[in-house]
Amino acid sequence: MSFMPYVPPEQLMKDRSEFAHKGIARGKSVVGLEFADGVLLIAENPSATLHKISEVYDRIAFAGVGKYSEFEDLRISGVRLADLRGYSYDREDVRARDLANAYSQALSTIFTQQMKPYEVEILVGEVAADGGHNEIYHVLFDGTVTDEHEIVGIGGHAEDLTSALKTAYHSGWDLATAVRESVKALSTAEGREVTAGLLEAGVLDRTTGQRRKFRRLSEEEVAGILAR
Amino acid sequence: MTDGPVQPPSSAGGPIGANPSFFDLLRRSRPEALPVAWGSDALSLPHGTTVVGLKFADGVVFAGDRRATEGYAIADDKMEKVFAADRFSVIAIAGAAGQAVEIVKLFQLELEHYEKITGDRLSLEGKANRLAQMIRSNFPLAIQGLVVVPLFGGYDERRGQGRIFFYDATGGRWEEDDFHATGSGGRPAMSSLKKRWRPGLERAEAIRVTVEALVDASQEDAATGGIDAARGIFPTVISVTSEGAEPAVDDEIRAAYEVVVSGGGS
Repeated sequence: MSFMPYVPPEQLMKDRSEFAHKGIARGKSVVGLEFADGVLLIAENPSATLHKISEVYDRIAFAGVGKYSEFEDLRISGVRLADLRGYSYDREDVRARDLANAYSQALSTIFTQQMKPYEVEILVGEVAADGGHNEIYHVLFDGTVTDEHEIVGIGGHAEDLTSALKTAYHSGWDLATAVRESVKALSTAEGREVTAGLLEAGVLDRTTGQRRKFRRLSEEEVAGILAR
Repeated sequence: MTDGPVQPPSSAGGPIGANPSFFDLLRRSRPEALPVAWGSDALSLPHGTTVVGLKFADGVVFAGDRRATEGYAIADDKMEKVFAADRFSVIAIAGAAGQAVEIVKLFQLELEHYEKITGDRLSLEGKANRLAQMIRSNFPLAIQGLVVVPLFGGYDERRGQGRIFFYDATGGRWEEDDFHATGSGGRPAMSSLKKRWRPGLERAEAIRVTVEALVDASQEDAATGGIDAARGIFPTVISVTSEGAEPAVDDEIRAAYEVVVSGGGS
């Protein structure tokens, strides 16, 4: 018969937190921010096909940092939850808050019960239909949820990123300004220039007139904005 | 919450690869929400009638009348039977209306869900095959009289052309080269299309040809609704090109109708 040595819960949580933090700190960062027409998510991502930023539902988008396989798993679960909910009730009834809560529950269960915690942080953004308040939720590896306003940076250089953006931020930026300022902050945080080819960006744009508000910005579009 | 909290990691659908099918997801986690097999011919249910689809120079045009019948009564004179399935495809339905609308709704979600999970749109051929499978799973209902026979088409981005597929109640699937019509007024509509259709039609001509086919069908078939300009009842017409699916506005259809009844034609 084998005995598990006693580990105090404080120590256990601390170890797990440190483990998750280290994993996340190795990765790149994502910026989420509100601009005049909605919510912009932008990240450094050398791959053009393995996305960090994706559509979840009509007005909801997802961004993840950390271990790709783990946040991809969360993204797929979120799309499933949203589509099932929208089919069972109505498209209007799918809200970012519910999704953030579900993620929080799932991540907190994983954090305490699984062999190792997920090394991820995610953002769930929702654009307001017209004139209402956008929502951006930040969910940590242990299930902690925070309701963010205006700007938020997550991932490896989250703190540098957030402080760089906080000083520059003005509400009511247009998309081009929002992209330029975010890229500037990303470059500052990384300590080198982040070019259009290394960027992945998606917007929830309330002015599209489509039901699905999410749109990816192509490399050419980002390059065009940065060149101006 | 319909399915408890998000349950990772097993929820990603098996050890390798997430299943991108919404239909499978629904069948697994909310089977009660699927269309159920207790329909019967004895029930008098609304039926949708005539839909047509044809190819034109830039893609396809699909159109349907607006009538739903319940036995000899008119159940609805403003029913929609033609829907954009996603940005580049369109589905038109004839048959048991409730069932058909449900299948369209599921099919639209199926395409959107696939797109979101995989990050890629299905090929047009892939969409057509998926629809065949969904019709097939509806077969027990078809035996009981709840037949749903769709017409599917769209712009094939890989081949750079419009394509049309038609189905039977068993999920059989055929590709049509030029045009097709289905539903109770399908036969007269086909005759009309045969006379009026020619390769390389312009969009406005294509709309006129579909409207004429529906007018002809409404004159031969009691269950097909005619155009009622006074009450503003026009057929639903949707075109799909490389630019995406675009519904025709009432004015375009009214103009086409006026040419048709004045004996202009193409």
